[in-house]
Amino acid sequence: MTHTFVGMPPFPVAAREALADTQLRHNLGHATATIRGKRDQVVAEVENWEELRLAGAAVKDRALRGLDQHLVQLEESLTDRGATVHWARDAVEANRIVVDVARRHRVDEVVKVKSMVTQEIGLNEALQAEGIAAWETDLAELIVQLGGDLPSHILVPAIHRNRAEIREIFRSKMGGVGRAAPSELSDDPAALAAAARAHLREKFLRARMAVSGANFAVAETGTLVVVESEGNGRMCLTLPDVLVSVVGIEKVVPTWAELDPLLRLLPRSSTGERMNPYTSTWSGVIPGDGPQEVHVVLLDNGRTRALADEVGRQALRCIRCSACLNVCPVYERVGGHAYGSVYPGPIGAILNPLLKGTGDPQTDSLPYASSLCGACFEACPVRIDIPEVLVHLRSKVVDGHRDDRIPKPEAVAMRSASWTFAGGRRLGRAERLTRLGIGVGRRFGAARWTATRDLPTPPKESFRAWWKRTDGRLDR
Amino acid sequence: MVTCVNDAIYPGTGAAVVRLLRRLGVDVDFPQDQACCGQPMVNTGYLDEAVPVVRNFVDAFAGYDAVVTPSGSCAGSVRHQHGLVARRAADPVLAGAVADLSPRTFELSEFLVDVLGVTDVGAYFPHRVTYHPTCHSLRMLGVGDRPRRLLEAVRGIRLVDLPHADECCGFGGTFAVKNADTSVAMGSDKARHVRETGAEVLVAGDNSCLMHIGGLLSRNQAGVRVMHLAEVLASTEADPGGAR
Amino acid sequence: MSARDEILRRVRSALTDVEPDPDPVAAPRGAAPADLVSHFAERVADYRATVVRCTADEVGAAVAAALPAGARVVVPPGLPEVVAARLSDVRVDDGLSAAELDQVDAVITGCRVAVAETGTIVLDHAPGQGRRALTLVPDRHVCVVRADQVVADVPDAVAALDPGRPLTWISGPSATSDIELDRVEGVHGPRVLHVIVVGEIEQQ
Repeated sequence: MTHTFVGMPPFPVAAREALADTQLRHNLGHATATIRGKRDQVVAEVENWEELRLAGAAVKDRALRGLDQHLVQLEESLTDRGATVHWARDAVEANRIVVDVARRHRVDEVVKVKSMVTQEIGLNEALQAEGIAAWETDLAELIVQLGGDLPSHILVPAIHRNRAEIREIFRSKMGGVGRAAPSELSDDPAALAAAARAHLREKFLRARMAVSGANFAVAETGTLVVVESEGNGRMCLTLPDVLVSVVGIEKVVPTWAELDPLLRLLPRSSTGERMNPYTSTWSGVIPGDGPQEVHVVLLDNGRTRALADEVGRQALRCIRCSACLNVCPVYERVGGHAYGSVYPGPIGAILNPLLKGTGDPQTDSLPYASSLCGACFEACPVRIDIPEVLVHLRSKVVDGHRDDRIPKPEAVAMRSASWTFAGGRRLGRAERLTRLGIGVGRRFGAARWTATRDLPTPPKESFRAWWKRTDGRLDR
Repeated sequence: MVTCVNDAIYPGTGAAVVRLLRRLGVDVDFPQDQACCGQPMVNTGYLDEAVPVVRNFVDAFAGYDAVVTPSGSCAGSVRHQHGLVARRAADPVLAGAVADLSPRTFELSEFLVDVLGVTDVGAYFPHRVTYHPTCHSLRMLGVGDRPRRLLEAVRGIRLVDLPHADECCGFGGTFAVKNADTSVAMGSDKARHVRETGAEVLVAGDNSCLMHIGGLLSRNQAGVRVMHLAEVLASTEADPGGAR
Repeated sequence: MSARDEILRRVRSALTDVEPDPDPVAAPRGAAPADLVSHFAERVADYRATVVRCTADEVGAAVAAALPAGARVVVPPGLPEVVAARLSDVRVDDGLSAAELDQVDAVITGCRVAVAETGTIVLDHAPGQGRRALTLVPDRHVCVVRADQVVADVPDAVAALDPGRPLTWISGPSATSDIELDRVEGVHGPRVLHVIVVGEIEQQ
């Protein structure tokens, strides 16, 4: 039932397939346009939005610049408040920690709050391998899980599915894993949501252990923050006896007061609301209220690699709002699956290579999955200059191949262009071959251009030649 | 800076800039040593290859009061990427030259409006026109409504709004080839919006974007031609300028 | 080396080029609506929650009016008696199980603070607000907000709240937009949020 992103083809190949899916194109176009409209409206309401963005970026930068101190403080304040803190270098270690907690409590199922990080580490698969069922409880995640599908958006992982497809998934799959959907289920979103409510309610009431991520972790107070809409998060965070929260180390916010700009930026950027329906904060174990055993797993899994990249580390400011996806013209047309990762869109195109390192064809294709139009940077609430990082990562990809024994045709072309473009006279000589060049290009290199687009008619002479001939006089 | 694309493929745009600037009383020169700003290399990840190109650029333009270019993208490259290339070269002399030249480099509409202080350049262009604000002009440079103000002052023009104007056309340099399918999907939507306006001419400040959109329009016999902003602004009643 | 020491070592070696910044970031001011209570009421209503304003004398009647006839109601310990005075079938939470809470129709609570700009109610689960599950499992949440609990914007709320307590920020009823970005009220949390703002009603 579970699919993974392992073995996905490079972006251009996956994108070509996605582009051919007209239903997907329609679903995505509708969804991204809707959410962009909502965001624009509530962002315009905030008089000092730019100032707020700067503050949000500054808070996250401060958190990252002193990350070691803040992590140590977070550990201390969590421990003081009765939580057990674990550290995990990578996915395997993190999954092992969660599995061990589950085993100690002899549970065969856990309920899950939607969490990017547990998808990143493949926790559901790791639990499944130990005979422990992991139930996704966010509506979209439920749709994805029941459909044996992959998430395609950070905020709305089933954005690629329309109501008819969702109805079909619920009708055919819910009964196999719990309470079945009513047989007369319609494709009305309210009816579909009601079916999910009934299906999951029995799991919430029964579950003894929950797994969450966290949007923020306040070092000063040991407070974890989960931002959500449906109430499934609250169910998981309060009803079971045991709670394990897997938290990327970049989620740290130094002080309680510094949460403020982030709480103002996130919902407006994300769902286009002034505030999301539910935000829960808790600090360790709360006597008599909610889980009485609380674990926090602090996860690296490539984050320190990203942190070491002076240009790329700004990507760790990301608060997973997905505004960059919704404004990205590439994402809007190809959807999330083409990025081959739980982190799709512009942020995924930089985060994946930063976390994993460059070197494999799929990862290396991601920094090129952008026209560098800059819409993502403009929308980002914490001012991650995604185009800058994309260009930087492209240079890392290229540098990774500098010692290749047989250079790629592109590298050969760039070296020759470098020589030609390093002097006006060289370029002038090359241009005398332009007409011939375009002719040759039409037959060979430019085929990918001319398959769909005309090339302009080559001019009789270059600007340079005209200037030389006439000294720029207009009688030509 | 005429840019390598204009030099080789759209010399008419360069000539239009010369005509326009001279009409406005600017002393125009074309240093023959200029070649390319280096953006194709930088944006594809070839930083080492960009170093000699940027070196040549700063040498070619040293000593001029202003470098004017009919390309938001190339102006953006000079202002936002040359520093990166200088850092890669670890050459403080180059870094100094870049820091000196970058602020004196202007995209055409910036130069006209901010430096010369004109919006009415005395142009005449009796056609139905729609304007596409290219991404680098719009977001990298922030030229804002300057091109639009220049166009609005053109006599005879009928300017119509382009739906979803601020959305990328899908050119993106090597993106157009590396991700040709996605690029064409984006460009087709842009071309559709252009056709929806009923315009006869699509105008933009970057010929590379126009090459992409124009290539799609032309392939589909859409009946819309593309023109650089400079060519529209250079046109007068006495001298309508050559067709492309 | 333990995972902890290894990660901290990696962090330090990644940051050799930067200095930590000891001073907290000062965020820009929030919105400052002129009439806090009206603004709050409008913003709550935007989430398709019901908002009623009344005077202190009218609160019992307003609460009764918020409940369908025959509703099974639970209240937290510490809720002022006047709030539920008009109701007949009221149970005070004494540690009901989740399954028992699932059989209840409505819950009535107070709150700690309310945010005008975002239409948000924050519970810190002190007496009168109940433990966290109490306002989650029943399908209808009636929340009584005192006019003097309304602050302007998020920074004011953050400053007023104690992070040592569990906090639940509520902005409208449970909702999802997961299906074609169509907003549906009510998935797992209360599908109905009924807010009663108690304070002097402005003279028209």
